[in-house]
Amino acid sequence: MNTPVYRIRQLLKAYNGRRVLQIEHLDIQRGEAFAIVGPSGAGKSTLLRLLNFLELPTAGKIYFEATEFSATQEVPVEIRRRVTTVFQRPMLLNRSVWANVHYGLGLRGQHNATERTLAALEKVGLDSLKHQPARTLSGGEAQRVALARAMVLEPDVLLLDEPTANLDPYNISLIEKTVQGLNHEHNTSLVFVTHNIFQARRLAQRVALLLDGQIIEVASVEDFFENPRDPRTAAFVNGETVY
Amino acid sequence: MSNELLEIVLLSLRVSGVALLISSLTGIPVGAFLGLRRFTGRRLLVALMYTGMGFPPVVIGLFVYLLLSNSNPLSRLDLPFLPALFTPEAMILAQSIIAFPLVAGFSMAAVMAVDPQVRLQVRSLGATERQTVLAILSEARLGVLVSVIAGFGGIISEVGAVMLVGGNIAGRTRVLTTAIVLETRKGNFEMALALGFVLLGLAFIANLVMLRLQGRSIEE
Ligand SMILES: Nc1ncnc2c1ncn2[C@@H]1O[C@H](COP(=O)(O)OP(=O)(O)OP(=O)(O)O)[C@@H](O)[C@H]1O
Ligand SMILES: [Mg+2]
Repeated sequence: MNTPVYRIRQLLKAYNGRRVLQIEHLDIQRGEAFAIVGPSGAGKSTLLRLLNFLELPTAGKIYFEATEFSATQEVPVEIRRRVTTVFQRPMLLNRSVWANVHYGLGLRGQHNATERTLAALEKVGLDSLKHQPARTLSGGEAQRVALARAMVLEPDVLLLDEPTANLDPYNISLIEKTVQGLNHEHNTSLVFVTHNIFQARRLAQRVALLLDGQIIEVASVEDFFENPRDPRTAAFVNGETVY
Repeated sequence: MSNELLEIVLLSLRVSGVALLISSLTGIPVGAFLGLRRFTGRRLLVALMYTGMGFPPVVIGLFVYLLLSNSNPLSRLDLPFLPALFTPEAMILAQSIIAFPLVAGFSMAAVMAVDPQVRLQVRSLGATERQTVLAILSEARLGVLVSVIAGFGGIISEVGAVMLVGGNIAGRTRVLTTAIVLETRKGNFEMALALGFVLLGLAFIANLVMLRLQGRSIEE
């Protein structure tokens, strides 16, 4: 619990000269569940894209364990493959459910991992739909397939960008339980963005408030909600609890 | 007679088929590249490609003719990859050039129509650069197929370029379109019509397939 999986140092991300994210110092521990909250446009998704090495930082560094990631230093694909993201929109490929879940394994040359693929589908309760074209799934089913597709890769870090937005309570709880299982049983580090304060309380050990691209406060889940140090955190927590 | 007709049909299919293969093998990667990469000079290349899509095939025939003819200093170099004039290979060269911008242009459009988020998602699942391009092409597969059929439609029915560089030599470079011109001039309307129907049939099948695929890609 005390080895950081990520160490963020003087990180800056700008688009066309506009600063969108600026984080001086932030560590994310191995095996922890870390929630990022904040208003729309705060830079939450941008931070996740950087943590998944999908875009280069403008300046500064992210260390993933011993590997450095910066504007001039890409991350080798073997390292990159230890992290994956479930996005808000499931972004399934136009193939069968099974082919979607198997896709990442195929990229890694594991073409015969039938049982793992099936096991991942079973975990999200969709093994009976494995032959169905992914584009015919309901929103909740699609998001569960997206989660299975990420899980099957057994990542060290799972990033989730509002994974349960627009879903019904049944799908929300199924996804939360699955993700929590990964965190507890496989020690998978979770970094997730949520608009739902209750979800952050249910899943996270630590919470960060991101405002205008900057981290206002990082605290344990109890402190964040019960004893926020920053008045903006208090305001955010109160203002958003209705959600 | 029917033997001759069969020969003409087969040569047409061979010339256009090989030309289509060449233009697909080059046009699909170029289209994918133009659709996915941002670099300086891209706009110019895209404009050139669009121009190529609407370029009069007979002018391409003229260029290829000049390139292959003896009056061209290049021909004296005896470059091994340049075919002789009035051969099926010369016709293949001309048709490849005609089909290339069609295949590349429609492929580019198909690739650009794929949601940009797919690229991030696929990369996030561990795809290398090459695997990402393949995944996007696979997502755009119907559009890519349409591009190939558009290329086929553009060359199977083309007459000017093959006439110029092929010369319409009986038993050697006579294809459907040039045979129709000749038979009509000779007053052999029966033969001309038979050839015409075969050509129509081929073009119709190609268009039918294309329409079906376009319909499906819209539904999906
Ligand atoms: N590719 C891009 N090009 C230019 N600007 C971008 C790009 N991606 C994000 N931005 C900008 O960066 C800022 C942060 O965006 P981001 O998507 O990270 O916010 P967010 O916190 O995830 O918001 P939301 O809660 O609405 O998803 C926004 O102002 C957005 O317009
Ligand atoms: Mg976002």
